[in-house]
Amino acid sequence: MSNQLDLECRQLVKSFGKFTAVDNVSLEIPKGSFFSILGPSGCGKTTLLRMLAGFIEPTAGDIVIKGNSMLGVPPNKRPVNMVFQHLALFPMMNVAENIGYGLRRRKIPQPEIDKRVADVLERVSLPDAGSKNVDQLSGGQRQRVAIARSLILEPAVLLLDEPLGALDLKLREHMKVELKQLQHEVGTTFVYITHDQSEALVMSDNVAVMNEGRFEQVGSPQDLYYNPQTAFVAGFVGDSNRWSGKIESVDGDQAMVALDEGGVIAAVSGTNSSMGLGDQVELFVRPEAITIERSTSSQDGAHIEDGKNTLTGVVENLLFDGANSRAQVRDQKTGHQVTVSLPQTGAFSDLVSGENLRLSWSVDKARSYVSSAAAKQEKAA
Amino acid sequence: MSSAEIAVSGTEQRSVIPTLKLGTFLLMLPLLLWLLLLIILPHVDLLIVSLREVLGYREYAFSLQNYAEFFTEPLYWNTFVRTAVMSILATIITLIVGFPVSYYIAKVMKGRKRNLLFIMCLIPFWVSELVRTFGWMILLRESGVLSSFIQWIGLVDGPVEFLYTDATLMVGLVYTSMLFMVVPLVSVLDTLDDSLIEAAYDLGGNTVSILREIVIPHAMPGIASGCIVVFMLTLGNYLTPTLLGGKDSLWFTEQIYNQFITRFNWESGSAFGFLLLFLSSAIVFVGLKLSRQTLADTVK
Ligand SMILES: Nc1ncnc2c1ncn2[C@@H]1O[C@H](COP(=O)(O)OP(=O)(O)OP(=O)(O)O)[C@@H](O)[C@H]1O
Ligand SMILES: [Mg+2]
Repeated sequence: MSNQLDLECRQLVKSFGKFTAVDNVSLEIPKGSFFSILGPSGCGKTTLLRMLAGFIEPTAGDIVIKGNSMLGVPPNKRPVNMVFQHLALFPMMNVAENIGYGLRRRKIPQPEIDKRVADVLERVSLPDAGSKNVDQLSGGQRQRVAIARSLILEPAVLLLDEPLGALDLKLREHMKVELKQLQHEVGTTFVYITHDQSEALVMSDNVAVMNEGRFEQVGSPQDLYYNPQTAFVAGFVGDSNRWSGKIESVDGDQAMVALDEGGVIAAVSGTNSSMGLGDQVELFVRPEAITIERSTSSQDGAHIEDGKNTLTGVVENLLFDGANSRAQVRDQKTGHQVTVSLPQTGAFSDLVSGENLRLSWSVDKARSYVSSAAAKQEKAA
Repeated sequence: MSSAEIAVSGTEQRSVIPTLKLGTFLLMLPLLLWLLLLIILPHVDLLIVSLREVLGYREYAFSLQNYAEFFTEPLYWNTFVRTAVMSILATIITLIVGFPVSYYIAKVMKGRKRNLLFIMCLIPFWVSELVRTFGWMILLRESGVLSSFIQWIGLVDGPVEFLYTDATLMVGLVYTSMLFMVVPLVSVLDTLDDSLIEAAYDLGGNTVSILREIVIPHAMPGIASGCIVVFMLTLGNYLTPTLLGGKDSLWFTEQIYNQFITRFNWESGSAFGFLLLFLSSAIVFVGLKLSRQTLADTVK
């Protein structure tokens, strides 16, 4: 097998009493890839990672690293290393001692350790920091030291638990690129945990979206963004306008959805399964999928025009953010609020609130998912 | 306008500081009085007393004779060394027993169980030292609980006296000191981030190396302050050595007591008191130097 797996989880479960924090998770991570686990706070990411590192034993399932089962293997014997959420640098040691800690434990002679520490410091672009104290470093530097401390042991898999969480926005943007670059250079498999979708999308080869202990979808960032398979993924990855409604009629792979607030939208199914008449669905439309035009016509609710979904509304708020500017448009008849991206050409740079806009988007940009809340209710009934 | 403002605030600042100083002084007055009246004055007085020789009724002369007496009389000298060694030993044993207990309370136990354990360490200190020591005596004396018990299970034939040995004395001293070791250790171990221990474990450390390289260096200020307190308390303890150690057990505080109360020899009593003060300061100083701690670290 050329595409060797570095890490594999099989039906991993972790329960704390009655509560299941990680629920039947399976994953396969090929060698040398950057794998992210993305999910909201409390969904079980840290629990999953700590099982991989060996700090907690799974309730059921198996973890296989480089072909060996890791059940019952303590953390200090596993070929994985972890970068902690709050870094956990040893304050009683300087930078070089911190980084050399793992090598000292492996009884490697001191001159060799010194050499390798210098190398790895070079690699994370902190060549002169060795003799510094940990608290003399900036946030970004500490970050790099924490990563260097794990990387020096050449683990099969490096686990990172929201390592950028404590940094400010600018630095986080910078470190994102740097981490990706570093991973590319060293070729170690990274398993990266985050609740920040932009981190996951920018850095990863593959992303698993996690919710309430389960994997909702695993795929490339593009896949998740353009082809989300569940309502949760559609709502969590990227920004979306979200409506709920009921399917009125189905025509091939298109369906007409009567929105709860009024108006009708044509949509396609977000999943591979077909849509049923009368299903309660969640609809997602990305702001950048919507084309805008200035309009003088009177307002009318969402409807189909020229084979496209159309809606007319009044600009309520302008959210200027450079290339990422948006406008919030309200359809006054139904009270829908729709967020649209302003084109980057600057064509609408003179837009003011109160103006009328005509929004349109093609049918296949409106993805519908059978709403889980309704599905649950049905089950209960 | 801004410069005017600065000038105003400048004068304001200058006027604020002296009042602040006076305020602080007044606030500290009770403490200062306490220090002066209860600690400094008596010590100065003792120092003067210790440096004089009685020539006759109300006739004194300056002399170092009291101190010389201490160095020429082997009994005093031996008691002194014995007290120091036993105190150091008691401190070390208290540390060895107290550290795992503290670690368990601070790091292993969570929530209510943890508080319960901590309270259980405290409870013995709600009764006076005298009562506690008599408790030990009831347990350990010839007709006591332990002696009866081992006779009952048939381990020995006759009653056994456990009291009045150095081992018993040590048990008593360690027991009395335990809390003063556990409290600073628990509070310092509380501040040790669990993820540091996990990180060390993750990087290949084992229990021993983590203890040596992570836990103990972090706990050092607590260890030092616990040891200082325990050592001082043990060295100056009077009740436990007297009651548990019996007549033959020589403790330096007993010597001081004897000088003052039995022999009415305030001069040499004061001198002994000062020697004890020097001894304890010197040992604490050496201990701090050896562990590379400063006194400032220990009160952090
Ligand atoms: N030792 C434990 N005992 C009981 N419940 C736990 C334990 N550890 C975690 N949990 C629960 O498991 C769930 C998942 O926790 P986890 O720390 O994995 O979340 P997370 O996804 O890492 O969140 P965050 O992004 O906030 O770090 C939480 O609801 C938490 O309360
Ligand atoms: Mg977490």
